Amino acid sequence: MEHYLSLLLKAVFVENLALAFFLGMCTFLAVSKNVKTAMGLSLAVVVIQTITVPANNLIYQHLLKEGALSWAGESFTSADLTFLGLISYIGVIAAMVQILEMALDRYFPALYNTLGIFLPLITVNCAILGGTLFMVERDYNFADSVVFGFGSGLGWALAICALAGIREKMKYSEVPEGLRGLGITFITVGLMALAFMSFSGIQL
Amino acid sequence: MADASPKKVLFGPILNNNPIALQVLGICSALAVTTQLKTSLVMCLAVTFVVAFSSAAVASIRLQIPSSIRIIVQMTIIASMVILVDQILKAYAFGVSQQMSVFVGLIITNCIVMGRAEGYAMKNSVGMSFLDGIGNGIGYSMILLIVAFFRELLGSGKLYGFQVLSVTQEGGWYEPNGMMLLPPSAFFIIGLIIWGVRTIRPDQVEEA
Repeated sequence: MEHYLSLLLKAVFVENLALAFFLGMCTFLAVSKNVKTAMGLSLAVVVIQTITVPANNLIYQHLLKEGALSWAGESFTSADLTFLGLISYIGVIAAMVQILEMALDRYFPALYNTLGIFLPLITVNCAILGGTLFMVERDYNFADSVVFGFGSGLGWALAICALAGIREKMKYSEVPEGLRGLGITFITVGLMALAFMSFSGIQL
Repeated sequence: MADASPKKVLFGPILNNNPIALQVLGICSALAVTTQLKTSLVMCLAVTFVVAFSSAAVASIRLQIPSSIRIIVQMTIIASMVILVDQILKAYAFGVSQQMSVFVGLIITNCIVMGRAEGYAMKNSVGMSFLDGIGNGIGYSMILLIVAFFRELLGSGKLYGFQVLSVTQEGGWYEPNGMMLLPPSAFFIIGLIIWGVRTIRPDQVEEA
């Protein structure tokens, strides 16, 4: 239990996908103009991340990893399909997003209307694919990957909501002309990343 | 845009319509590799290659792709290109490929690649899409290399692995700025670059 708790905290704070690894920056900067939309997007990211990381984990552990196909017969024991990884993961992500979109549309129309426009955006969100790739690189087992998926999604959500809050306040401040909009956002994110780095000293 | 000259298509994205500074695309995977010029250079080449060839490939089948599944088709093309790059790097530059870890794979979700395929290649001929891809790749590379230049020079006193400023640990005069090796510095540098570009070209300033 302790192991999972520390994995979760590490994924949320210490190894925050947005602020420590720069993942999902495009959406991070584009959709953080106000808190409400940021909340909608972060909810979608947490859900998709919690589904896709474990799903990709199953694919990796049982189909792609070296020797993983041994259940299919003697002749497959030495098969190594890891080079097909990228294309399978992105396929899973795109499919999951599509399924989630249809499911929401059918059963939770209210939620669909809030999340609707963000869902397709998530397919190309680097944080989702990044989460999967980190999972593969660190060779997590299934339970680990569920915790890691949820934690990393939550960390990204936390970061984008915080940034949106800051940007809402920043509307009232006098920013030098060339720095307005994108420039000052970059610098804000830099300062936030500095603040998040203070977590990196924590031993879990 | 359809009748723009090849020269404009190729050089436009470098300063006037820079993918990073103006379109805010493709920042995601790029910044983590900019602590050294060497890894950034590899990243730039990889991205330029992927953008150019995937744009050309998408453009060549643009009339056959049904619009409802175009995203998946583009993704598949891009993913195949990235796998190619990844395998080549693993074979010929294993050390660099290890350092870049997951970031080669993340070129797939680099918004520049997707953005150019969707925004330009779907509407234009193969040759122009290829040039557009190269141009955007160079525009991206330029920002990446500027960031990497400052980060490596100020962070460890080196350029492309060679010691340029003699650091204090080895009896020199330069005290390396450790912050430059950490993620936040990349944001500060890009923020400042954007400020610079917008001071030169005031028409790019956003309304706050």
